[in-house]
Amino acid sequence: MLIKQAPDIRSSEITPKNVYLRRREFIQASAAALVAAGMGTFADHVAAQGGGLPKLPNVKKSPLSTTEAPSLYDHVTSYNNFYEFAPGAGDGPKQNSKGFKARPWKIKIDGEVAKPGDYDVDDLIKQNALEERVYRFRCVEAWSFVIPWIGIPMADIINKVQPTGKAQFVEFTTAMDTGKFPMQRTDLLEWPYIEGLRLDEAKHPLTLLAVGLYGEILPAQNGAPIRMVIPWKYGFKGAKSLARIRFVEKQPLNTWQKMARNEYGFYANVNPMVDHPRWSQARERRLPSFVANRKTEMFNGYADQVQGLYAGLDLRKNF
Amino acid sequence: MKPVTVAKILVFAAACLPAAALAYKFYRYFYGGDFNALTANPGDYITDFTGDWTLAFISISLSITPLRRLTGWNQAIKFRRMLGLFAFFYVTLHLLTWIVFVHYFEVSFMIEDVFKRPFITVGMAAFVILFSLAITSNRFSIRRLGRRWQTLHRLVYVAAILGVIHFWWLVKADITLPRRWAVAVALLLGFRIWWTLRPRFLAQRRARVTRV
Repeated sequence: MLIKQAPDIRSSEITPKNVYLRRREFIQASAAALVAAGMGTFADHVAAQGGGLPKLPNVKKSPLSTTEAPSLYDHVTSYNNFYEFAPGAGDGPKQNSKGFKARPWKIKIDGEVAKPGDYDVDDLIKQNALEERVYRFRCVEAWSFVIPWIGIPMADIINKVQPTGKAQFVEFTTAMDTGKFPMQRTDLLEWPYIEGLRLDEAKHPLTLLAVGLYGEILPAQNGAPIRMVIPWKYGFKGAKSLARIRFVEKQPLNTWQKMARNEYGFYANVNPMVDHPRWSQARERRLPSFVANRKTEMFNGYADQVQGLYAGLDLRKNF
Repeated sequence: MKPVTVAKILVFAAACLPAAALAYKFYRYFYGGDFNALTANPGDYITDFTGDWTLAFISISLSITPLRRLTGWNQAIKFRRMLGLFAFFYVTLHLLTWIVFVHYFEVSFMIEDVFKRPFITVGMAAFVILFSLAITSNRFSIRRLGRRWQTLHRLVYVAAILGVIHFWWLVKADITLPRRWAVAVALLLGFRIWWTLRPRFLAQRRARVTRV
C-alpha cells in the first residue's frame, strides 16, 4: 500500500527566491520595524514637551526651522556632552549640575569691537528679538537630535557691538568656576573650554546665541544660561555657559584641537566624506534610534545656506 | 545533586544576571513606556554594557588560577570553563551590537572598520581568540589537542590585553574606566609572572643565605 507522505519541506515553507535574494534588506527591515515599534509609543510623550523651567516670552517662529519632529525633551536634556560636569556623553551632566545657578550671569563681549561691554543675560534676552529655531544637531560621535532652540541670531549681536576692521575671528569662552563646574578641578580637558568661528561664520543667519530650548530657558546641562549653536558644525563647536565672546585677529585654538589635533579641527563642519580617525561619519543615529542607518548630510543638511562660506577651501585638510 | 552541581547552577544563574538585567531594560523600554531605560542612545548603551561585561568575565576567568594558588581551593577550576564561555557569550552580544547598531549589516562598512581603525582591529582579534577558545573548550578538543590545548588557551592572556587596548583606544578623553580594567588585567597576569618566577627567587635567596 502506498501511503502518501508529505515532503520534508513543504513548498509553503520555502522562502520565495525573490525574498531570499533580498534577505539583507529583509533583515534590515525587521530591525527597523523593531526600532519603529519602540518609537511609535514616543508619540504620546512628544505632545507634552518641556521640563517645567521658566518659559521665554515673545518668541518668533523662524522660517529657518526644519519641519522634522523634535527629539524627546527628556533625551535632549539627559544625553549630552558637557565635560565641565562629567566626562563623556550620558546623563552625567544632568546629574552633576543639579545645584547649578545660572542667574545672575554676566557675559563679556570685547576685543576688536567698537562697543565692548558686560551684559546681563536677562537684559540680552529682553533687549533682543528671540527666535525659535528647530535645528538638526549632529554630534561628532555620530548621533543626532532635532532640537527646538530659542535664541538671538548672532548677527544681531555682532551688528550691535560693531567689530573693527581688525576682527577676523570670534572666540567663545565657557565660564571658569570650579565651584560651579566640578570637572574643572581635574585635568580632564584644558580649562576653560574655548571655541572659535570665522567672523563670516559667526555672522551667518543660521548661527544662534541660544538661551533656551522647547520654549523654556536652558537647563544647566545644556549650557545655561547662554551658549552657541552652529547647526552645520559638529556639536562640540557650540561652546556652553559662555563667559566671554571676544573678537580677534587670529584664529583661536579651540579646546578639542588642543587635546587631539589629528581628530578635531577648527572648522568641524559636518561632513560625511571626512571620517573621524576612529569612526565613520557617513551615517548617524537619529536618537533614540538604535541603529546608525541615517545618511549624514553635507553640512548637516544646511549646504545650500553655508557652502558659499567654504568656496575654494580644502575641507579634507580643514576638517 | 552533588554540591558542585548546585554551585554550578548558582554560578550559571549569577552569570546570566547582567543579560537578564539588559533584557528587563528592553522590556521596560518597549512595553513599559520608560524611554530612559536604555538611555537616549540605546545602541551605544548596549554596546558599552556588553563590552564591559566581556572584560568582567575575562577577568573573572583569569582570577580562578590566582584564587586556587592563594587559597588552595582547587575546586574553583570546575567553574572556569563556564565563566570563560560567558565571556564568549557577552563578546558575541558585543559583536552583534557592532554589526546591527553601528553598521546596520553593511558588510563593506564592517570590513573598512576592521582594517582602517586600530581599536576595531584589536577588538576583532580578541574576538577571534575568544571564538577559537570557545569552540575548543569541549572535552573532545582537550583530548585531541593534548599539550597544544594549554598553549592555545593561554591566548586568553592576549585576548585580555587586546580587550583593554580596544577600550583604551576608544575613549575620547576620560580613561578612568579603561584604566580600571588595565589594572585588573595587569594584576591577574602579574600574579602569574610572579608565581612562575617565585621558585627562582626563593632558590636565589636560599643560595645567598647558605653562602653567608
